[in-house]
Formats: sequence, structure tokens, C-alpha cells
Amino acid sequence: MGAVRPIRSTAAPIGLHDQAMDNLRFIRDAMENAGSFTAVPGVGGILVGATAFFAAFAAHLSSGSRAWLAVWIGEAFLALAIGLGFSARKARRAGNALLSRSFHRFVFAMAPPIAAGAVITIMLNGAGLIHFLPAVWLLLYGAGVACGGAFSVRAVPVMGLCFLLLGAIAAVTPAAWADALLALGFGGFHLVFGWIIARHYGG
Amino acid sequence: MAAKSSSAAKPVAGPRALNDAGTVSATSVAASLDRIIHERLRLAIVSALSVNPVLTFAELKRVLATTDGNLSVHSRKLEDAGYIAVEKKFEGRVPRTEYRLTGAGRAALERYLTHMEALIRASRPDKKA
Repeated sequence: MGAVRPIRSTAAPIGLHDQAMDNLRFIRDAMENAGSFTAVPGVGGILVGATAFFAAFAAHLSSGSRAWLAVWIGEAFLALAIGLGFSARKARRAGNALLSRSFHRFVFAMAPPIAAGAVITIMLNGAGLIHFLPAVWLLLYGAGVACGGAFSVRAVPVMGLCFLLLGAIAAVTPAAWADALLALGFGGFHLVFGWIIARHYGG
Repeated sequence: MAAKSSSAAKPVAGPRALNDAGTVSATSVAASLDRIIHERLRLAIVSALSVNPVLTFAELKRVLATTDGNLSVHSRKLEDAGYIAVEKKFEGRVPRTEYRLTGAGRAALERYLTHMEALIRASRPDKKA
């Protein structure tokens, strides 16, 4: 009889340990898969859209290419701050740090095209070719959002594709349309898709 | 089996009791598990809702890669237990069922996670020797 106890006590704990580890992994995976649904902040998108309209208006009234560029670069930094701030807020409100992991995934997927956009902006500005910038910005931002949103709700990659399409249009239309196209993209698309995400995917 | 064994069906053993896992056996910890969310699909539903304020039936079905029937049955059990709240509405003519995690559901998930951690501590293979 004494020989039975050690057999039970060695076999059972190892099985339970593995099962518990497996359960924790399962919970983490389920949270991660579902977390991508809400990592992108809709309310932040709406706010970015609103500021982009003001930026487009200010850029249109600006005198000279340096002022025009300064307005849009300022808007880019403002949008970045709003996006990061509202993402952190959304993750906090969801009450789980795992959500922020989904957001990190989104940011890391978006970072390369955005970094490429920054470098190309410097290059084109240096070469005096800033009339190409609207198309470059819209195309690269669209590529970033489409890649970053590949595992998110459908609204996010669709928004990326809309930016890509608008970028392609900006590439073949007169430079005078630049501010209107940028307003439509960074203002209009953010407002519309931000509203969809805020309404249906938790803020 | 020196530890007191609780009657297992309900999530009665709180985290405090389990934090003394050094003195509680792995088997008794396992026995006190919340059977309602211990089932895989129900655990997945609760986990998914813990990181989303609201998910629709279609979204949950897509995230969990399950069937309509399975999701209906298991979400009903969670609803009966008070772990999730279900709201049915219409968007135009399209019916839309929304799921939310309740306070009780969030507490149950946290309790379950604490149970798992206690179980891992109590049954760690290198603990005996």
C-alpha cells in the first residue's frame, strides 16, 4: 500500500502543473487575439481628424513652402501625441496590460513606413521637390496602417487602403490639390474610421 | 492530502486562501476551480471580453473560431452565471447581439488566474525532491 502513494504524488502534480501552464497560455492567446480588436483608438482618430482639418486650412493659408511644411510636420507630431495618448487611455480603460501588447504590435508594424516617410521628406525637401510630399505621406501612412491593421478589425486595414488609393490620386493630380487631398485623408478618413472604431470597438 | 478539501462545484476558495499555496496541495487547489469558466470555450469568451468592453456575436465567433451553436450554448451558461451581460438590438433590420463582461465575470477570471498561479506554485515539479 505504501508503494502506491509515491506513484500518485509524482504523477499528479506534474500533470496539474503542465495543465495550469497550458491554461495560462490559452488565456493569454485568447486575450491577444481579441485584443487586436480594440487596440487602435477610435476617439483618438476622430481628434486627429479634426486637427488635420485645421492643419490643412492653416497650411493652405501659409505663405511659402517652409511654412507649409512646418504646419504639416507640426500636425504629424500632434497626431502622434494624440494617437499614443488615446491608445494608452484605451488600454488602461480596458483594464488589461495585454491590450497594450496588441498596440505595440500595431506600432511596430507602422513604424518602418513612417520612418521611411520622415527620411523621404527630408530628401525631397532638400531637393526642392516638396510638391511630391502629399502623395508620399498618404501612400506611406496608408501602407503603415494597412500593415499594422492586418490583424485588427477590418476598418483599420480598409482605412489604410483608402489612404493608399488617395496617395495614388495625389501622385497624378495638380499640386494645388495637395491640401484638399491631405484634408480628405488625414482629416476625413480619420474622422470616419475613428467614428466607426469608437462606436463599434470600445472607444 | 492534509489540506481541507472544499466541495468543488462553486468558486468558493478565494485568492487569499490560495496564496498560502505553500501549505495547500495542488489537488485541493485544482478541486476548488471555478467549473463555469474552466471549460475551454467559456474561458476563451471571458478572456476575450476582458480586453474588449463589447464584442458582438459575429466578432466573438471570429476571434474564437467556433460555431454558432457552440458559442450560443456556452455564452448562455456564462450569462446564467452572471459572468457576462448580453444585449440584443437591431441595427436597421440586422439583429446584433452584444456581449460584455460583468464585474462578477471579471472577478471570476481574476480568481481563476490566481488559482492557476497557485496551482503552478503548488505543483512545481522541482518543488519536491
